[in-house]
Amino acid sequence: DEELVIRPLHSGDIYASFQFRTVWDTDFMGGKKVSHYRLFPKSLGQVISKFSVRELHISFTQGYWRTMQWGQPFLPSPPGAELWVWFQDTVTDVDGTWKELTNVLSGIFCASLNFIDSTNTVQPSASFKPLGIGNVTDHRFLRYATLPREIVCTENLTPWKKLLPCGSKAGLAVLMKSEKLFHSSFHSQAVHIRPVCQDWQCKSTSWELRQTLNVVFDLHSSGQGKREWSLFKMFSRTLTEACPLASSSKIYIDVTDNPQGEQFELSPATPLLSQAVVLGDRRTYSVYDLTQQATFGSMRSLNMLLRWKSSDGECDMMRPLLHGERYVAGYGLQTGEIHTLMYNHHPYRAFPVLLLDTVPWYLRLYIHTLTVTSKGKDNKPSYIHYQPSKDRVRPHLLEMLVQLPPNSVTEVTVQFERALLKWTEYTPDPNHGFYVGSSVVSALVPSVVAMDTNSTQERPLFSSFFPSKEESSYFVRIYTEPLLVNLPTPDFSMPYNVICLTCTVVAVGYGSLYNLLTRTFQVEEPSPGLAKRLANIIRKMRGVPPL
Amino acid sequence: MPRDKAGQFFGSGHTNNWAVTCTSQFWFNYRHVANTLSVYRSVKRLGIPDSHIVLMLADDMACNHRNPKPATVFSHKNMELNVYGDDVEVDYRGYEVTVENFLRVLTGRLPPSTPRSKRLLSDDRSNILIYLTGHGGNGFLKFQDSEEISNVELADAFEQMWQKRRYNELLFIIDTCQGASMYERFYSPNLMALASSQVGEDSLSHQPDLAIGVHLMDRYTFYLLEFLEDIHPASTTNMNDLFKVCPKSQCVSTPGHRTDLFLRDPGSVLITDFFGSVRKVEITMETINLTSPVEQVEDK
Repeated sequence: DEELVIRPLHSGDIYASFQFRTVWDTDFMGGKKVSHYRLFPKSLGQVISKFSVRELHISFTQGYWRTMQWGQPFLPSPPGAELWVWFQDTVTDVDGTWKELTNVLSGIFCASLNFIDSTNTVQPSASFKPLGIGNVTDHRFLRYATLPREIVCTENLTPWKKLLPCGSKAGLAVLMKSEKLFHSSFHSQAVHIRPVCQDWQCKSTSWELRQTLNVVFDLHSSGQGKREWSLFKMFSRTLTEACPLASSSKIYIDVTDNPQGEQFELSPATPLLSQAVVLGDRRTYSVYDLTQQATFGSMRSLNMLLRWKSSDGECDMMRPLLHGERYVAGYGLQTGEIHTLMYNHHPYRAFPVLLLDTVPWYLRLYIHTLTVTSKGKDNKPSYIHYQPSKDRVRPHLLEMLVQLPPNSVTEVTVQFERALLKWTEYTPDPNHGFYVGSSVVSALVPSVVAMDTNSTQERPLFSSFFPSKEESSYFVRIYTEPLLVNLPTPDFSMPYNVICLTCTVVAVGYGSLYNLLTRTFQVEEPSPGLAKRLANIIRKMRGVPPL
Repeated sequence: MPRDKAGQFFGSGHTNNWAVTCTSQFWFNYRHVANTLSVYRSVKRLGIPDSHIVLMLADDMACNHRNPKPATVFSHKNMELNVYGDDVEVDYRGYEVTVENFLRVLTGRLPPSTPRSKRLLSDDRSNILIYLTGHGGNGFLKFQDSEEISNVELADAFEQMWQKRRYNELLFIIDTCQGASMYERFYSPNLMALASSQVGEDSLSHQPDLAIGVHLMDRYTFYLLEFLEDIHPASTTNMNDLFKVCPKSQCVSTPGHRTDLFLRDPGSVLITDFFGSVRKVEITMETINLTSPVEQVEDK
C-alpha cells in the first residue's frame, strides 16, 4: 500500500507524509529459513532472520519538529539517527547481536551507525513498548540508541528508495527527488518493521514493513513566499501512475479547515472524502485514488494544486496538548544544569507522561539535585528508574513517570559536571561541541473525540500506526531538542610545543653544563708586534731560538 | 565440476574494484569533495558499479546548512554539473574517514562485522584505482585536519596488498600540494602513480563561485574531469594521454607521474582498464549443468 498525506500548516508551510506498507505473510518465529522474497526487500528480510529481530525502528531526521507551530506529526522522530530494536527471546547475547546489527544496518543505509556502541545504547525499562503484537514485557531484549550528530543526505535516501517494491520508478516514490526533499525545514525518513495480525482472529502473524518519509516545506525557501502549493512546486514532479504492485495507492489532502472551500481552493476536485480520527482530532480528507485511471484525467498526470484565497484570516489550529522543551543553563566549562520543560495544554485533564533521558557519561549528572516542579510546587514522580553511567562504558539512563497537572508547565532540572576526555577521544573538531540526544516523552493523551478500535486494515495508514487501546486517548511521543554542550577542550598543539620546549631546554642546559665540565683552558701568548715578528724570522733563519 | 568452470569464467580478465577518498573537513574544503565526487561520477558512468566502489567523504557538503542548494555539489561555477546526483552511495562518511580505516580498507584487515559495502573485496585479478585529495605536504597527506598519513605508510600498505595478492595493477592519483612526494617511496610492482604537483609546489584551486562562496574544484581534477568526459567505454585512449592532462600553462603546478614500477608499457594501458569496468568475455559452446549445485544448497 502506498499513501501520501498533505496537510497545510497554519504558518503557511506544508507538511507531506509518505507511507509505504509491505506485508509479508511468513513466520520467522519458528526458525524456518526463508529464501523466497517477492515484495519484501531481501536485505531487510535477511537481517530480521539472522539477528532474530522482533521489531526494528530506525529513523533519520534532519531538522527539528516545531510542535507549537506545526502541530503533532504523524510519526515523531528526533534529529539525527535513532534506532530501537526488540529482539526475540531466543537471543542469548543481546549486546553482541546489537553490535552486529548496527554494523549491518550502517552498510545498508550508508550511515555511520557503527558509532552506536555501549556508550550510547540504553535499555529502557518502561518506554518504547513494542508496537507490534505480542505481550512482551522483558525489557532485556530492548535496545535504544540515538546519534544526534548524524547527517541525512541523498546517500541515505538512495538505499531507502531501493527497498520499495517499485523503487523510485512508479507510484508515489516518483516524487522523491533529493534536491527538493532536502531543501526543506524538516526531513525525516524511517523504516519500521513489526509483526502484525493477519486478520481479526489473529491466528497467524505476518511481517509489516512501513517506510515513512515526512517533509515540511517552508513557505519562503520552497514556496517563494506565495501561498500556493502544488505537487510540482513541492517535488518538481507530477504523478502519472500508481505503483502496479500496490494494492492501494491514495493521496489524502487535509481539508478540515476548509469545509466549504473558503480558505483555499483544491484542484482538480475530487468527490471522495474520508474522515479519520488521528491524534485525537477528527479530520476530513479529500482522497485521490491513484489506482483509478480517472484520477489522472485527460492529461494522464496528476498535479494537485492548493491555492489560498486571501492572505489574512488565520484561524487557530488546535493547540497540541503536550509539548516539550529542553535547554542547558549555567556558565563556564565546569558545571551546568539541564532543564526539561513539559507543557500540558489540556484545560482540565491531568495525565501521566513517561520521560526518558539518555545523557552521555562525560556529563556527570548529580542525581541528588534532580527536582521536578509543577506550578511552583514539588511534583514527585510515581516511578523512577535510574541507571548511573560508567565512564566510557555506559551512559546515564533516567526514566520517570510524572503526572502533569492540567494547564501547567512541569520543569525537571538536574545539575551536571563536565568531564575531561582523553585526548584521543576528542572528535577532529571538538570545538563544535558534543551532542546530547533528545529526551523522549511518551504519553497517552486524553482525546476529545472517540476512536473506534477496529482492525487496522481499512483505516488509512497514517492513523493506524500506533495501536490504540482506550477509546478516549491516543498515544503521543514527543522528542525535545538535542543539546549541544561544550566540553573543556585542550589545546591540541601542546604535545608539539612541549616536545620543542623540552628539547631546547635539555639541549641548552645539558650542553652548557657539559661544556663547562669538560672544557680545558690554555693560556695563549698574544701575538707579538711587527718588529718582533721580523726579528723572529731572521733568528729562525740564523737557527737561533725566537724572542 | 560445473562450479569450477564458473569460477574460472569470472576469474579471467580483471574485475575492477576501486577506492576513492576525500580527506578534508569543513565547508571551505568544498572543492575536495567536489573533486572526489567528479571522479566517482566518471567512474560510475564508465561502468563500475557501486558495490565495487568504496567512497569516503570526510564531511558532508551537499546537505551542509551552508549550502545554498541542498543535496547538490557543483563542479563548475555556472552550476552546470551536479556531481552529487541522485544515486550516490557513500560508504565512509564523517568521522569514519580516518587513516586507520583507510589503511584497513586497503589491506583488508577489517573487523568481521564490517558490511560488504565497506570492504575492498579485490583479488589478484583486480585493477584498482585510488584517488586521494585534500591538503598535503612533503611526504604526508592530512586527514580530517587532525592526523596525517605518510608516504612510507602508504608504500607499506601497498606492499601488504601485493603480498596478499589484492591487486593486479594499481593506479594511484593524488591531487594535493606537493603530491609527488607521496609516491616517491613506493616499492611494490605494478603501481602507476600520478600527482598534481611536484615537491615544493602547491596545487591550486580553480574557480570560486560567488553564490556558494567557496572554490569549487581544484585545477588538476577539473582538467582531469574534462578529459574523462570524452572517454566512453569503448574508447582506446591510453595512459600517455592521461599524463598530458593539465600542463603547466593550465595548472600552474607541474603534474608528475611514475611508471618505473609498472610492468607494462603505459602506452599500451587503456584508460578504461582502470576507470571503467570492461571485462574480457570468453565464449564457450559447452552446456553447463546447473541442477546439482542447487540440490546441495537445499540439503543444508
